[in-house]
Amino acid sequence: MSVNEESIQSTSHRRTWRDVDLRAVAPFAALALLLIVGAIVNPNFIGLNNLANVATRCAFIAIIAVGATFVISAGDLDLSVGSMVAFVASLMILFMNSGAIADPTLMLTAAVVFAVAAGAACGLANGLITTVGRIEPFIATLGTMGIYRGLTTWLSQGGAITLREPEIQELYRPAYFGSILGVPVPIAIILAVTAVAAFILYRTRYGRHVVAVGSNSDVARYSGIAVNRVRTIAFVIQGLCVAIAVLLYVPRLGSTSATTGILWELQAITAVVVGGTALKGGAGRVWGTICGAFILELVGNIMLLSNFISEYLIGAMQGAIIIIAMLVQRSLVRKS
Amino acid sequence: MNPETLETGSVVLEARRISKSFSGVQVLFSVNFELRAGEIHALMGENGAGKSTLVKILSGFEQPSSGEILLDGKPVTLPPNGAAEALGIVIIHQEFNLAEHLTVAESLFLGREVTRFGVLDRKYMRAETRRVLDLLGCRVDANALISSLSIAEKQMVEIAKAISRDARVVFMDEPTAVLSREETNFLFRQVRKLRDQGTSFVFVSHKLDEVIELTDRVTVLRDGQWVKTAPTAILDGESIAQLMVGREMSSLYPAKTEPDVDEEIVLRVDSLSTDYVKDASFEVRKGEILGFSGMIGSGRTELMEAVAGLRSRLSGEVTIRGEAVPSGDVHAANRRGLAYMTKDRKAKGLLLNSVMTANLTLQSLDQHTRLGYLDPTSEAAALGKARRRFDIRVRDGDVVARRMSGGNQQKLLLAKVMETEPEIIIIDEPTRGIDVGTKQQIYHFISALARDGRSIIVVSSEMPEVIGLCTRVAVMREGRIVGVLEGDEISEQEIMRYAAGLKRMAAA
Repeated sequence: MSVNEESIQSTSHRRTWRDVDLRAVAPFAALALLLIVGAIVNPNFIGLNNLANVATRCAFIAIIAVGATFVISAGDLDLSVGSMVAFVASLMILFMNSGAIADPTLMLTAAVVFAVAAGAACGLANGLITTVGRIEPFIATLGTMGIYRGLTTWLSQGGAITLREPEIQELYRPAYFGSILGVPVPIAIILAVTAVAAFILYRTRYGRHVVAVGSNSDVARYSGIAVNRVRTIAFVIQGLCVAIAVLLYVPRLGSTSATTGILWELQAITAVVVGGTALKGGAGRVWGTICGAFILELVGNIMLLSNFISEYLIGAMQGAIIIIAMLVQRSLVRKS
Repeated sequence: MNPETLETGSVVLEARRISKSFSGVQVLFSVNFELRAGEIHALMGENGAGKSTLVKILSGFEQPSSGEILLDGKPVTLPPNGAAEALGIVIIHQEFNLAEHLTVAESLFLGREVTRFGVLDRKYMRAETRRVLDLLGCRVDANALISSLSIAEKQMVEIAKAISRDARVVFMDEPTAVLSREETNFLFRQVRKLRDQGTSFVFVSHKLDEVIELTDRVTVLRDGQWVKTAPTAILDGESIAQLMVGREMSSLYPAKTEPDVDEEIVLRVDSLSTDYVKDASFEVRKGEILGFSGMIGSGRTELMEAVAGLRSRLSGEVTIRGEAVPSGDVHAANRRGLAYMTKDRKAKGLLLNSVMTANLTLQSLDQHTRLGYLDPTSEAAALGKARRRFDIRVRDGDVVARRMSGGNQQKLLLAKVMETEPEIIIIDEPTRGIDVGTKQQIYHFISALARDGRSIIVVSSEMPEVIGLCTRVAVMREGRIVGVLEGDEISEQEIMRYAAGLKRMAAA
């Protein structure tokens, strides 16, 4: 058999700037562009204080979107996350109001564990309905979106659920308003959650399986991967991320209502897509997702600080961003 | 057929000094090709020889980088995206372009529906569909849904579609890959009939025997260059194969090694049944290569998937080295050392958008996990080893599977399955759609694995492959194992007798 000339060069292949994946870089380039635009619009914008504020405010969406990155990479979709935030937060506050445990520290610890368990259970429900029930994730989570929202309305009897114990309030406050070594707690938690998520997605067997399932579930099945288990666990991870977001949300306002977290699913999915994760599954970019969440909040902030666009258009702007992001993604795919 | 009229048949479509480059890589070098009215012209070559590119250029799906195309002797620029159909140039793709939920009649008239007073004239379209189908001798109902048709019937509908568009030139890319022998014969009869009425066909295929049986002339391409055009009558399979690879094909199949009769039986399947497979029993010894032959749809893949745990079985036992394997449990089968290699490498075998490493280790990530995380160095080492062992030739180690040639994809898939270190390997269609050179390599890999003491089941629709490789051949028909051949009994005629239902073994 004659040796093909192709095999000879294989080892001497060098990487050049051309090999950089444009899709991975695009969100960060967009972020840089926005920072420049912001600085031009308003000199206060680029200040560390303002940017730290923006980062803190995007914490909820960012953390939820990290979970969404897993679900979307596995080829699924979770529309219920906004309702799940309202539901889990309501349950957590009601638990703390119940006074079942007298000691505030112990009570708070138990409430945290309870919220995490509730989030995981909600995610598990989504996962099982989708996989065992064999229902399209879009429909399954559209259903649970209504269920979680409806249960919240019922729990609150149409009004608000407010944390009543002042001692617990005082104890819990720093979880959102405090800082660790000068870094606001929400920002530290975003970074920690993202680092763990990136490790799981890129460096573990499970992460590889998620991408394989999202890329082609038949190939995954023929490779001996338990496809349904991988998908279900992705939904559970989404639930855990929602619970972590709730842990930050409750100390901020100390109250929930039937309108808590409305349209957060849209923002979370937007952040994921802006971050470069393919909506049809098979490629997850956790750090891109964080970048996407930051971009969304930043655009709102710039609109607020500038005089020429009404801040009432923020929702419309975020809607436009997801469409633009998809168009950019597609054009980059074509080029490469 | 009369060679005289063929010689004088006017040239319908001609390619003159066609060259084509894709992003700097030249794939066609000044190729000439001419197609006469009323001929069946075979286009042959190994994978990557440029056949598909030439077909795409001659049907307008790609534009040549240089050179010209002549239609009826006049230079033309063919319109892109299938618009060349209006000129009578039709391509029948390997993957069907049929919408599953339309009826046969709707498919035939898709995009050129006939209307009366602005309303669809369904009666006329149905009648016209019937007429074309009858012309082909095809008994499919014009109102049947495409999704209800067999693969062969879909192929016929595609051909009917081409004819109903008054095609003068029809390109067929591997049309028989999914057809049984009977269906192929039927297709060939229809093609000859149309040829005699003046339609020209370009027939792209890897199957040498079919080319010799059906075509009038052969053009061979090698590495993007025109090698030869000659009447089929003066060639034989051996000479075409030599033209394609440019070397002697002395030992396509390695020497067979019979396993000892008293070797341990590693896999035993007892009266296994699924929805389709009925009461299948067989056993495999250590170091044996067992073949599974039969028509398409005879239940071979279904049986093997049930053995591998990818499909649950209704009844029956599977035992590996005396240990029972539970039904529908891939992991249990894998743990006991059985691996199944799918025949559908693109849809079920490889992640086409992922790099080689991710594909190679997907099934065996445990070997590369250290304290819960994946070790990239260990994965890279595995890839290096696999590339050497299975001779996977790519320019760039980070290429995604989609960009690799069929042969390299198949080698990568084999490497991936072998990463799990299986003792029993079921290989379904080991060489589907790959060139002769790579075929030969894969046969040698299989043979080496068997000499290594592993047991291999080869499921194949290509009879020479089963005959050339296996020491024992089981033949399936309609979900049952109807015969097991050994030694000198293994021949095409004998296998055919069982596969066609003319003969069956005495009930055990």
